[in-house]
Amino acid sequence: MASVFEQTIARNERIEPRDEMPDAYRATLVRQIAQHAHSEIIGMQPEGNWISRAPSLRRKLVLLAKVQDEAGHGLYLYSAAETLGVSRDELDEMLRTGRQKYSSIFNYPTLTYADVGTIGWLVDGAAICNQVPLCRTSYGPYGRAMIRICKEESFHQRQGYELLMTMMGGTDAQRAMVQESVDRFWWPALMMFGPPDDDSPNTAQSMAWGIKRNTNDELRQKFVDMTVPQAKALGVTLPDPDLVWNEERGAHDFGQPDWEEFWQVVKGNGPCNAQRLAHRRRAHDEGAWVREAASAYAARSQHD
Amino acid sequence: MTDPTIDLHDVDSEHDSAYAGLQVNDSHWAFGTSFEDPLAGVDTTVPDDVDAAVLGRYAMALGDDALVLSQRISEWCSRAPDLEDDIALANVALDLLGQARLLLARAAKADPSLAPVLPEGSPVPPEDALAYFRDAHELLNVRLVEAADEDFADAVVRILLFSVWRLEVWQRLVASRDAVLAAVAAKGVKELTYHRDYAARWFVTLALGTTESRGRLEAALLRAWPLWPELWAAHPIDVAASRQGVGVDPSTVRESAEEVLDRVLATAEVARPEVPGLAAVAGRTGRDGLHTEALSRMLAEMQSVARAHPEGAW
Repeated sequence: MASVFEQTIARNERIEPRDEMPDAYRATLVRQIAQHAHSEIIGMQPEGNWISRAPSLRRKLVLLAKVQDEAGHGLYLYSAAETLGVSRDELDEMLRTGRQKYSSIFNYPTLTYADVGTIGWLVDGAAICNQVPLCRTSYGPYGRAMIRICKEESFHQRQGYELLMTMMGGTDAQRAMVQESVDRFWWPALMMFGPPDDDSPNTAQSMAWGIKRNTNDELRQKFVDMTVPQAKALGVTLPDPDLVWNEERGAHDFGQPDWEEFWQVVKGNGPCNAQRLAHRRRAHDEGAWVREAASAYAARSQHD
Repeated sequence: MTDPTIDLHDVDSEHDSAYAGLQVNDSHWAFGTSFEDPLAGVDTTVPDDVDAAVLGRYAMALGDDALVLSQRISEWCSRAPDLEDDIALANVALDLLGQARLLLARAAKADPSLAPVLPEGSPVPPEDALAYFRDAHELLNVRLVEAADEDFADAVVRILLFSVWRLEVWQRLVASRDAVLAAVAAKGVKELTYHRDYAARWFVTLALGTTESRGRLEAALLRAWPLWPELWAAHPIDVAASRQGVGVDPSTVRESAEEVLDRVLATAEVARPEVPGLAAVAGRTGRDGLHTEALSRMLAEMQSVARAHPEGAW
C-alpha cells in the first residue's frame, strides 16, 4: 500500500513542512534549495562588480535594485530551506566551506558593462526556464518562493534585454561590446541546464518525486528555441555554427557546450570560483563583530 | 496538501508568456526608459523673481551630496554583515540615488549652463552629464560624504550624521518656492526619516553591544566628527538660495539637529567628541569644490564607462 507521501505525490499535490517525507526526499530538497539560495547570494557579485561604474544614473538605480532583489531571493529561499530543519547559518557555512555548491555560471567574470545586460537576458532567461517548472514543485514552501522569485526574474530579464537593445541602438563600439559579451556568455548559459540527460544521475529520482519537472536537455532545447528569435530582434549573432532550424523536429538543432570546461568549473577551477568564495568569506568574517554586537545588545535588552 | 489559492497552470503559462513577451514595447520599466525625463509631469517653471543660477547651484549641491554618499553606500552591496543589512543599505543608497537624479535634473533644467558640453548629438541626458562629466573640483558636495568606509561603524556613523542634518534641512525645504525642490523634499523626508532611524538603531546597538563594537563605533565617530561643523556653515550657495525662498540656510536649523543627535548619543551612552572641525583650504570647503583626496579617485571609477562612451546610449 502506498504511503501518504506517495499518494500526495501521485495526486500532484504539495508536501508541506509537517507532512511525513522520506529522508532522502528531505535531503535532496535541502541540497537543491540551498544551492539555489547560494546561487542568489554569490550571483550578487558578478553584477555587483559594475554597480560603481554603471554609466547612467538610471542604469545604476536599475542595477543596484536588481542585485538587492537577489539578496531578497536568497532570504526567501533560506527561509524555505529552514522549514526542512536546517538553519541559515548552517547553510551559509556549507557555502563558505565549499560543501554546498552554487550555479557555476557565477564563476565566469563580468568584463564589460554589456555583461550586465547579457546576464539579464541569457543567464536570467536560462534561470527562468529552469525555475518556472519549479513553481509546481512538490514541496510547498519551495514552490511558493519560486512563484515570487520567477515574477522578479522575468522583470530582470526584460531589463537586461532592454539594456542590450538600447546599446545596440547606440554607437558601433557599444554594438561590438554587446556582441562580444553574447559570444562569451552563450555557452556558459547553455551549461546552466546541467549535463546532458545521459550524464545526469539524479534527474530520474528528482522527477519521480516531483521536485524536478523536466530533464536538462528538454529545458535546454526550450531555452534555445526561445532565445533565437530574441537574438534576431536584437541584431546579435549566437556563436554556434551548428545552430539551425530543424523543420522536422519543429525545434532548433544546436552544438554542444564544452563539457570539459563545465566540469572544470564545477570542480572549482573556473575563472572566478576562488574569488567568489573569498569575497563571501571576507564579508562574513568582517561582519562577525557586528553580528556579535547585535546578539550582545539583544541579550542585554532582555535583561533590562 | 495543496494550497487552493494558487492556480499552478496559470502561474506556468503566465511566466512562459512573460518570457515570450520580451519584445513587447511597454512603458512599465522600473525607473522609466532611458529617454524619460525624470521630472516629467512636474512644473519646472522657475518663479519669476528667483535667480535661476542660484537655484541651479543649490539643487546641484544637494544633488552632489546624495550622489557621492549613495556611491559610497552602494559599495556595501554583497559585503554587509548580514543579508538584512545588505538589503537595508541598498535601500538607503537607492533613495539617495533617486534624490540625486531628480536634483541634478532640476539643476540642469533651471540653469542649462551648469551641464558640461558633450559632443553634438550625444544622447546623454543633462543629469547624467552632471554626474559623469564633471571633475572633482566641479562637484559641490560636503566633504563628509567622500571617504570610503573602513568598517560598518563608519557607515552607521556617517548615515546618522548625514540624515540628521539633511532631514532638518528637508523638513523646511518642503516649503521651497521652487515646486520641484518642494516635491523632492516631501518625498525625501520619509526616506531620510528611515535612514536616520536605521542608523540610530545601529549606533545604539554597536555602542552598547560588545567592547569591540563600542571601540569601533567611537573610532568611527572620531573620524567623521571633524566634518560635522562644515554641514552647518552658512555657505553663500545655501544663503543665497535661502534669501530667494527656494532653499534653507543650514545654520538656522543646527540647534534642533544637535538636539536630535544628543538624544541618540545619550541613549548610546557615548560622549560628544571633543575634536575640532576640519580646516578649510584658503577658506574653501566642499561647497566651493574643494574636496578630500578620496573624491577624485571615487569619480575616476564611477565615471569610467560613461566617459569612455560620451556618445553612448544607455
